[in-house]
Amino acid sequence: MSPILVIEQILNGLQSGVMLFLMAAGLTLIFGVMGLINLAHGALYMIGAFAAAAVAGATGSFLLGLAAALAASAAAGALIEASVLRRLYGRDHLDQVLATFALILILSEGTRWLFGSFPLYLDIPDWLSGPVLLPGGIRYPLYRLAIIGVGLLVALGLFALISRTRIGIRIRAGEADREMIGALGVNISVLYTLVFALGAALAGLAGALIGAIQSVQVGMGEPVMILAFVVIVIGGIGSIRGALVGALLVGLTDTLGRIFLPMLFGLFMEPTAATTTGSALASMSIYILMAAVLLVKPTGLYGSAG
Amino acid sequence: MRAKSLFLATAVASALALAAAPGARAEGIKVGMITTLSGGGASLGVDVRDGFMLAVKMSGRDDIEVVIEDDQRKPDIAVQLADKMIQSDRVDLLTGIIWSNLALAVVPAAVAQGKFYLSPNAGPSQLAGAGCNPLHFNVAWQNDDLPAAAGAYLAAEGFDNTLLLAPNYPAGHDMVNGFKRTFTGGINGEIFTKLGQKDYAAEIARIRASGADSVFFFLPGGMGISFLKQYADSGVDIPIFGPAFSFDQGILQAVGAAALGVRNTSQWNKDIDNPANKAFVEAFQAEYGRLPSLYASQGYDTANLMISAMEKADVSDTDAFRAALEEADFDSVRGKFSFAPNHFPVQDIYVREVIKEGDVFTNRIVGVAATDFVNAYVDQCKM
Repeated sequence: MSPILVIEQILNGLQSGVMLFLMAAGLTLIFGVMGLINLAHGALYMIGAFAAAAVAGATGSFLLGLAAALAASAAAGALIEASVLRRLYGRDHLDQVLATFALILILSEGTRWLFGSFPLYLDIPDWLSGPVLLPGGIRYPLYRLAIIGVGLLVALGLFALISRTRIGIRIRAGEADREMIGALGVNISVLYTLVFALGAALAGLAGALIGAIQSVQVGMGEPVMILAFVVIVIGGIGSIRGALVGALLVGLTDTLGRIFLPMLFGLFMEPTAATTTGSALASMSIYILMAAVLLVKPTGLYGSAG
Repeated sequence: MRAKSLFLATAVASALALAAAPGARAEGIKVGMITTLSGGGASLGVDVRDGFMLAVKMSGRDDIEVVIEDDQRKPDIAVQLADKMIQSDRVDLLTGIIWSNLALAVVPAAVAQGKFYLSPNAGPSQLAGAGCNPLHFNVAWQNDDLPAAAGAYLAAEGFDNTLLLAPNYPAGHDMVNGFKRTFTGGINGEIFTKLGQKDYAAEIARIRASGADSVFFFLPGGMGISFLKQYADSGVDIPIFGPAFSFDQGILQAVGAAALGVRNTSQWNKDIDNPANKAFVEAFQAEYGRLPSLYASQGYDTANLMISAMEKADVSDTDAFRAALEEADFDSVRGKFSFAPNHFPVQDIYVREVIKEGDVFTNRIVGVAATDFVNAYVDQCKM
């Protein structure tokens, strides 16, 4: 096992982590501010990828595709919030789960109706394709480095937005006490729509960025959404900082576990059994991590007690 | 309470079915098609359905009634649909299932109730070996066939240090075992990934560091699209091979240039030179405006096999109809086609290469991987 392989895998883990952060940030904001469990967050990820694939396919420009992904998912988010979810804030979490699950089905089949059953084509633009040589002789795909960069920039921007701007103050106030900021004259329903659209746009951005290296197809959002829920549970529900730390932890654990656990078992088991056991344990690793975190800190790493 | 009323409904339905059965249909056939038309795997089901219905239409017969339902890729739904089709639609023959786990849930019960099952895709080893049945026919392949052909091809090409990559689920292990059964070279290692995994950066880094001279991978559907795009972008230049499932006509357009030149094994391709295949490819394009995939060809062959048997026997005469199916007296788009004693195909398996024709990514045949290939389970079948 060479140090190059280890460094490469750490980069892979970071890349998967920052993408998870884009998903988890929206999810945790929406839960923190509005107290809403949004299962349809993965559908917004899918909408971003489809919008990017359609626009990039029609215009040939990946950047226009990204812009379209942001616009389409934010618009879809705002529309969903204003038409359906607004009625659910006061309701039980179970009602919210039911309604947002229905939204997954509606949005998925709606997308199939528009685009058909076959996966769409979206590829990395030429100027970002191929590997680059990093110091130390590591050949690493440029696009994945770009993803890490974009993810970290978005994270910084989000922290600045929440801690430095007026809208950020309102969002934090909304998390702390919903009734009070309404009573202070802040238009709470506009704030909610804005937060939801922001969360949706982040999911759409993640969908478009990931769509270029994975497959753009109906149902692509659900596996990611499950991971995003794991992330916000580990990080503490409602905490952006928790989402970032949780996402990086999950990304690194998953990536490193997938490669190094089978190797580890290979030291003292015969190869086929080691591969099977290692792979099985690797797919459990993030859930074991979640259980361990919850054992020590029941509200997550940065969760507020109570 | 609910279970009781369900039981009552079932009892009434079967009584009605029994009462109406004698002489209800003297000729013709009623087909129940259970396939995946929504969710992630829908493109496969759509192709099987379109291929099947094209053959029915081209036959010009008006005595074939097809009931089509969507199983959503869920075993429980497939079982419910099969019960409904057998008990209330009273179909004579079932077909359409794409996935092995769904086939295992539906087929044994259907054949036990005296219904024919023609599989246009799924070919799990359980139904080929000890669990084979006189009423079950597979018109596609046994799951191990295409990887076994790939193993023979790679060995013949002189590869001697191959890395294997597949998802960690029964079909993934079947494929790896099928490959190893015929591959005589050295194995570099095996990587099993989570089913449905879409990011292969970690695995690709391991491939880069492995020193292997070739990679054999089985990653169907979206997993294959993701792997091929990421592999091409990583700059790793170890040649990769796989069964046709990552290179079918439906997903090649989504993979794009990343798949160009990759070799894969398949029992069918659109350039196989025989009149039946030419007619099929032309008619499919005219009818649906796209190129057919291997799944479409399997659906088409399944319908033509059924029609060939209808010309010789009535489906209500089970023994005669089964004998007619066993003859496989139809013009397969694959050319040669016959059944092994366990009702799985004996056929040639080709090596294809991904090319670009105009704006469309597709395959062309570059060689033969195995001639008259018979599946590995035929001796375990006692019927």
